[in-house]
Amino acid sequence: MRIVKLKKENLLPFLEVISEKADLWAPVKKYNDRHVFKIIEDYSQIDLNCTSTILPPKKILLPPSINMFKATEKSYEEDFSHVSPNILFGIHSCDIHALLIMDRFYSYIFDDPYYLKARKNTLILGHSCWPDENCLCKSTNTHIVEEGYDLFFSELENNYLVWIGSSQGDDLIRVKPASFDENITDNDIQTFMRWGEERNKAFKTEINFNAMPDLMELKYRNPLWEKLGAACLACGSCSNVCPTCNCYNVLDEPFLNEECSNIIRCWDSCTLENYSEVAGGENFRKKSADRLKLWYTHKLQAYISKYGKPACVGCGRCIVTCPVDINVKTVAKALNGEDVDAFWNRFSKEVRK
Amino acid sequence: MNGENKSFNQTNPFIPEPARIVRTYYLTEDVKFFQVRIADMKKALSFRYCAGQFAMISVLGAGEAPFSISSTPSRPGLLEFCIRKVGTVTNAIFRLKENDLIGLRGPFGNSFPIERMINKDIIIVMGGLGAAPLRSVLLYCLDNRDQFRRVTLLHGAKRPAEMIFREEFFSLKERDDLYCYLAVDEDDTGKWTENTGVVTTLFPLLEKIDPSNTFSLVCGPPIMYKFVLKELVNLNLPKDQILMTLERRMKCGVGKCGHCAIDYIYTCLDGPVFTYWDVIHMRELI
Repeated sequence: MRIVKLKKENLLPFLEVISEKADLWAPVKKYNDRHVFKIIEDYSQIDLNCTSTILPPKKILLPPSINMFKATEKSYEEDFSHVSPNILFGIHSCDIHALLIMDRFYSYIFDDPYYLKARKNTLILGHSCWPDENCLCKSTNTHIVEEGYDLFFSELENNYLVWIGSSQGDDLIRVKPASFDENITDNDIQTFMRWGEERNKAFKTEINFNAMPDLMELKYRNPLWEKLGAACLACGSCSNVCPTCNCYNVLDEPFLNEECSNIIRCWDSCTLENYSEVAGGENFRKKSADRLKLWYTHKLQAYISKYGKPACVGCGRCIVTCPVDINVKTVAKALNGEDVDAFWNRFSKEVRK
Repeated sequence: MNGENKSFNQTNPFIPEPARIVRTYYLTEDVKFFQVRIADMKKALSFRYCAGQFAMISVLGAGEAPFSISSTPSRPGLLEFCIRKVGTVTNAIFRLKENDLIGLRGPFGNSFPIERMINKDIIIVMGGLGAAPLRSVLLYCLDNRDQFRRVTLLHGAKRPAEMIFREEFFSLKERDDLYCYLAVDEDDTGKWTENTGVVTTLFPLLEKIDPSNTFSLVCGPPIMYKFVLKELVNLNLPKDQILMTLERRMKCGVGKCGHCAIDYIYTCLDGPVFTYWDVIHMRELI
């Protein structure tokens, strides 16, 4: 791997130059210390001092709703208007891992051109991060990345160590070669290693994900699922914010005065009630508990048994988002036999207010 | 001859192919038969599928849904479907006439493991609309009759008027290379000459079977599985030689939309044909 050094004051000028031919997306503060990925026009808005953004980067590759094609009876016109050159800057290790999962998923047996074309047009410029109380990425082993990025910026005191992960990444460096220093000192290496050690110690929660496939299997009929099902609002928020959730629905939207339709693809969630309903009203998962089981089987069991690691990248977004505290952390704790009523705590507190 | 999992459209599996309805008529009060041909003649002739696979059919303005292919791959060129009127898409399909166009995507899914079934006895058990996917494999067996040993068909419907492919199956009774037993739960015509009772009442009519060399293919309403599977297990059929084809909500057919997920599998890629062992092993299948 080629690694170079960049002085902090040279970062914004570098971003300005490389974003001339593409939209630059980066974290921007939205409210209450929560951040969002936004197309940057004013470079001073970029706020790298953030943990996970409200929505994961999947919103840039496959926005909540896209038009797949325009259909008439006789012909179909593909629509790739959601695809444009993008540079994603400030994306953290967990989200890069999520993109690697998505890359594999969308090219498994059938290629999905709507994702893969967008992905091909997106450069990933990762950035190091510091965990907050919700980050589980050390437990999911996604707190560091070895692939999946074009450039990765590790923040030292006055410099960045820039890891070049792809040939396109290398091209970017060559746009402004004078800014990058090939000479990495022993001091830089020491600083970087020390930072890594301290960061490892900063994780507050640890979950044994390796135990999850067995626990899911052994507790498949455990009453805890009914408790979760009773609490779940079936709002689908967990899926919206999950960087590895990819389910979608397809809608046929006819034009009013022409004989044609737009075929729309929009985000869906397996926690919504009609998710598994077939014609005639038969619903394979009418109960909330059954739908939550599917969600967690998929994240904590199915993927681990199939690929050796969970489909959860430990970003902590479900922890922040679920209004009734059903999330990877509480479900894993409940599966481990800890206090199952934890889910209700925050919820009932708010009701009491 | 497992399904190749290759969409007809190689670059974008989500884009349908216009197909024309060649023939359509009612099979029962709410089930219609559709014979369709891909509008582009060259593509129509090169469309290959396997028994047990399904296709996605779309009607402009109404949407898209998955349907089992009822025709046999041994007679290429035309595709046949039997469709029950139950929802938005099927209502729109019912309004279409001969010569009208639909959108077609596929073929998708795995298929019946024909190579494993060669030189074996075949027992096909269908209930109601379960005849739709199983007719494909039945006709395939009959078109390649010398490849299989004894072929038996058990078909049950609620009432005589609700038996789909009634005439077709009655004419099969004339053949001497096939055992064909038909039953209705209730005869409201007084003219029914075959058995009366649920499909499991046909099991005593089966010739003595050789379980390890027998495959059974089952499709029907959920309630039917429970009783038919019990009969088949009682006959000592190995659980991985009992095959069934399942229904799920699907929006893509290519393992992306997620709706047909069960545990770690997708019905559209790893199914719709499953063995009874899969069903016991995987929960939630039936």
